[in-house]
Amino acid sequence: MAKPDSALALTKRRHLSWETMLVVVLVLGLILGRVLSPVFLSSANLSNMLADFTEIALIALPMTLIIVAAEIDLSVASVLGASSALMGVLWHMGLPMPLVIAIVLVAGTLAGLFNGLVIVRFNLPSLAVTIGTLALFRGLAYVLLGDQAVADFPASYTAFGMDTVAAFLPMPFVLVIIGAVVFTVLLQATPFGRSLYAIGANPVAAQFSGIDVARTKLKLFMLSGAMSALAGVVYTLRFTSARGDNGEGFELSVIAAVLFGGVSIFGGRGSMIGVLLSLLIIGVLRNALTLSDVSSETLTIVTGGLLLSSVLIPNLVARWRVMREKRLMTQTLI
Amino acid sequence: MTRHSPAMPAVHAPKPKRRNLLADLVRSREATLFVVLIALVAATAAVKPEFLNLQNLRDVLLNVSIIGLLTAGMTVVMLMRHIDLSVASVVGVSAYSVGSLFVMFPHMPIAVAMLAGITIGLAIGAVNGTLITFGRVPSLVATLSTLYIVRGADYAWVHGGQINATSLPDAFSRIATGSLLGLPNLVLIAVVVLFAMGVYLKQYRGGREHYAIGSNPEAARLAGIRVERRVMIGFLLSGAIAGLAGVLWLARFGTVEASTAKGIELQVVAAAVVGSVAITGGVGTILGATLGALVLGVINIALVVLRVSPFWQQAIQGALIVAAITLDTLLARSVARRMMRKRDHG
Repeated sequence: MAKPDSALALTKRRHLSWETMLVVVLVLGLILGRVLSPVFLSSANLSNMLADFTEIALIALPMTLIIVAAEIDLSVASVLGASSALMGVLWHMGLPMPLVIAIVLVAGTLAGLFNGLVIVRFNLPSLAVTIGTLALFRGLAYVLLGDQAVADFPASYTAFGMDTVAAFLPMPFVLVIIGAVVFTVLLQATPFGRSLYAIGANPVAAQFSGIDVARTKLKLFMLSGAMSALAGVVYTLRFTSARGDNGEGFELSVIAAVLFGGVSIFGGRGSMIGVLLSLLIIGVLRNALTLSDVSSETLTIVTGGLLLSSVLIPNLVARWRVMREKRLMTQTLI
Repeated sequence: MTRHSPAMPAVHAPKPKRRNLLADLVRSREATLFVVLIALVAATAAVKPEFLNLQNLRDVLLNVSIIGLLTAGMTVVMLMRHIDLSVASVVGVSAYSVGSLFVMFPHMPIAVAMLAGITIGLAIGAVNGTLITFGRVPSLVATLSTLYIVRGADYAWVHGGQINATSLPDAFSRIATGSLLGLPNLVLIAVVVLFAMGVYLKQYRGGREHYAIGSNPEAARLAGIRVERRVMIGFLLSGAIAGLAGVLWLARFGTVEASTAKGIELQVVAAAVVGSVAITGGVGTILGATLGALVLGVINIALVVLRVSPFWQQAIQGALIVAAITLDTLLARSVARRMMRKRDHG
């Protein structure tokens, strides 16, 4: 009885320490930004910074749940693109905007359902299936809109992408805040969320302990599809442009953000708070470096470096500890 | 007593039969792909007879050679339950580096160019391998990071620059344009490398160890296989091949820039998966992977020849990849089930 408790306490402590480290990095990032550029902490810049990672953040929320359950969804950016294209087509058909958005969200959910059904029904690895649907959904985006762009969305809706509340909070970011609260509660405080950790740690044990693993995975992929479609709607309105190639390559940025947040790629470990901190850090660093004229392509080095160090440093520290303990043991034995 | 036990022949009798079935299974997975390939070519040729001209054939082979090489490298890594997402970045940086070497030394021998590309690939492969074996970083995370870092470094270095075909010596461009016995030189290079890889994986102890590690890493370790070393070799191989592919890319296309080959890593993984290399490790052959790359390459050209709108091409390809993964797994499972039944009741 005592053993699992202490094990739980141990993992909890490890998570807390990772999150504490992320907070430290975030504060350092903010200081760096302030040093590099005097406009960094201006409300206009903060507003820009927050708006810029809306889509990545919206998709990272369900991706966290999926990776905790030891699955992955590479098709998210393609669902974003297909949603954007569908939005353009439906608007040109003359449908009213609320209906367009509703249809797009339903279509995204169906795309996720398709992923989930193939993965669950045939018991296939999600990495392989979603590489396929990555190509498929992006292809559908081009089928829908070709290389055209639809840009004549009503101003009352595109204003959504630029308006701010409380002086500096961009409207799209309010969506992120709502999503973050909902998903944090979902993952950390509901039976559904807890079952994801069980599935990620050991799917067979989870099945035997009464969790409907197939149904849970199906829900996860539908959630991912829906949120990717929402990200597609926000992206389209923010840039006033529905295009088939919108968001191309976002999937790897999303996964990098989730993993940097301390979620294990093998599932079963990680927290939503960590991912949210990781998103903020990546946003702050990118913005700070952009302000000091570092090219956006060079920023990918920073993303890669962060991702790598997030796994490498704890591993090396653990290795060093084991080595030291071994040395101490042999010393005391002698 | 036990020597003449009547049960003995009964136990032994079904054995050769079972081995036949196993051989059939192995043959059938590549055979199925081969049939699909022939059917694709035949169907396209039936609709558009002009599909079967030499120019198209050359294009297919040239396109597939580079992706096929990368798929073979990916196969070695995937056999061990790993993945190498950094290959496209390696191709890009190798192509640009060798291109700029040609700008600096226009008379550089071709062998040196190839060696330079392979060395760059080996270096990045060594970084990947070290991160994964010594740093214990999952390969998806490690190679996703190096994908970003190498591509980022490429952008920072190139700064919007470009290498043009005019700065490449004719002898080098002849890798893609010249031919021997009707086959383009580039294709011959790919065939030689693929054949060598196939023999290595099938005949050599080291090659078999890749399979053992993917089937059951714990058992492989207990059997005395030096898993870390083998994984390292896998990533070195994948890196070296990607480096070589970069040189071939430069010879084929002439023009390279910082974004060269961006995003093809997923195409390569898709080709391997279509070629029935299991993403869960332990299953797959170079022949299968090459056929997978060929099938995707032929579909690409066939869609162009059939005048399918380019906007439909990617959707059709994606649907085919999903179908291929599903069918391949279902087929493998039904064969496995049949073998189990046979063992239980035979």
